[in-house]
Amino acid sequence: MSIEAPASRGIVARWTDGQTIPVLIVVLVIGVFWYLGAMWLNADLQRDLFANGGKTDYTTAELIEGTLSQERPKLPTPGQIIAELQKTVIDTAPTSKRSLVYHGSVTLSATVLGFLLGSMLGMVLAVLVVHARSLDRSLMPWVVASQTIPIIALAPMVIVIMNQFDITGLVPKSIIAAYLSFFPVTVGMVKGLRSPDPLQMDLMRTYSASRMQVFFMLRVPASLPFLFASLKVAVAASLVGTVVAELTKSEDGGFGARLLAGSYYGQTIQIWAALFAAAACAWMLVTAVGVVERGVSKQMGARP
Amino acid sequence: MARKSSSTKVKGADQASATPISGEKVIACEGLSLTFETADGPVQALSGIDLDIAKGEFVSLIGPSGCGKTTLLRVIADLEQPTDGSVRINSMTPNEARLKRAYGYVFQAPALYPWRTIAKNIALPLEIMGFAKEDRAERVRKGLELVNLTGFENKFPWQLSGGMQQRASIARALSFDPDLLLMDEPFGALDEIVRDKLNEQLLRLWEKTQKTVVFVTHSIPEAVFLSTKIVVMSPRPGKIHDVIACNFPKDRTLDIRETPEFLDVANRVRQGLREGHSYVD
Repeated sequence: MSIEAPASRGIVARWTDGQTIPVLIVVLVIGVFWYLGAMWLNADLQRDLFANGGKTDYTTAELIEGTLSQERPKLPTPGQIIAELQKTVIDTAPTSKRSLVYHGSVTLSATVLGFLLGSMLGMVLAVLVVHARSLDRSLMPWVVASQTIPIIALAPMVIVIMNQFDITGLVPKSIIAAYLSFFPVTVGMVKGLRSPDPLQMDLMRTYSASRMQVFFMLRVPASLPFLFASLKVAVAASLVGTVVAELTKSEDGGFGARLLAGSYYGQTIQIWAALFAAAACAWMLVTAVGVVERGVSKQMGARP
Repeated sequence: MARKSSSTKVKGADQASATPISGEKVIACEGLSLTFETADGPVQALSGIDLDIAKGEFVSLIGPSGCGKTTLLRVIADLEQPTDGSVRINSMTPNEARLKRAYGYVFQAPALYPWRTIAKNIALPLEIMGFAKEDRAERVRKGLELVNLTGFENKFPWQLSGGMQQRASIARALSFDPDLLLMDEPFGALDEIVRDKLNEQLLRLWEKTQKTVVFVTHSIPEAVFLSTKIVVMSPRPGKIHDVIACNFPKDRTLDIRETPEFLDVANRVRQGLREGHSYVD
């Protein structure tokens, strides 16, 4: 007994002490409302379908079943989306243009490149803004203004202009991704570089440290927690930028192209599947940044 | 007004008796004044400060909050600029002295960088000043030993108690071996027992290293126990009210606080503080 007790408690405890049960309950509630929503939204269309087919004596059960299995529903059910994902992710060869893995890799490569470009630009801008008062005044308003332009309006112009200079393929999409992702990095990094308190700055002054030493030994390490928080936002924004760019530049494929094609042909299930795949990619990217962050903060002695 | 001028006279007399040795001035302040421009108008933090500190002295600046004791220390450290008068540190201006790394400064809070281990924190000034790597390791080892922190070199600051953190910051200030140590209420945030212990350790350290120490505090027993000279300051505007010589044997322990001589000096300091404070609140 005494030997078995901890083991059996281990399994039970994981369910009761941990977050598993609350998470499952939330998922269940969302699922229930989703199915109810699907029935409600798809009911009209289903009645029309029955009417067109000359079927008038359908039962409520038949109506409900119909709303959950339409080919082009207003709101597809989670089951339909999962089936579509299985078809396009697992059952289709990754090289095929019908494979979401193929489209995902197109989007991800532009996203990652854009994220790298954007965060690099963001950091450089932050360093400039922190070190030159005049740049703080002159540059920051433009940085903020840049984000007030709807990206959906800007993306086609960027791609057209780039095309003029024979820049095609990955780069134009990455630039739009970078355009969205540099902003959080600049804002977060400026805040982080300015985060050392007066005491920490005074200490450097008593050692008559140079500006470079203050920067690398105090400002940069102090800014890292802020930077990582920004990078998580930036990497997700980068994915959004890439998808928006792909709506304009759909010939290369990618999730954006998939969304566009889906909306042309009313393939709602395909649209939702692409959305879910994009969300999963964003989650992966944010998690990857989080893993790097954990490694770095462990090196920097953060409290566990 | 009459009292003020009389106390100035007392000060002059005491200063002469308090600094009989060598006469080599480490710090010389003359007519030092500092006015802060604030949103509510100018605030005079220091007014007409004359103070000489000789080599090897342990001088405490004591006074109520707002008397300018920290400001005076910051002026000496070139962290504030005086509006009038002059300060010389080893015949240099504070700025020159700071650029020559003539002093170590211990702040009210330990101000350890949280991302550096204790050893790395102590090595920070050494890295900035470009000490060789082997020399750095040796100095860090000695510093840890000096403040009884051997074995904690790879811990991060949050893993240490407040007293240990402050000790690490003292080791950091001493790591590059400055002749002058400026301490701004270094034990103010610690409890009485830890403070007593650190006072004793600091005294031994001063005895061993022969440094000149300027020590800001608002604790009378602390000032009397540690100092060779106590500078009593009064607020609004911050000025020196009295300078009290205090020459207990160098090997004194905390027991000395029970002796009549100790209480006598402590009473003089208390009286000085009261006089300086008497005009309002």
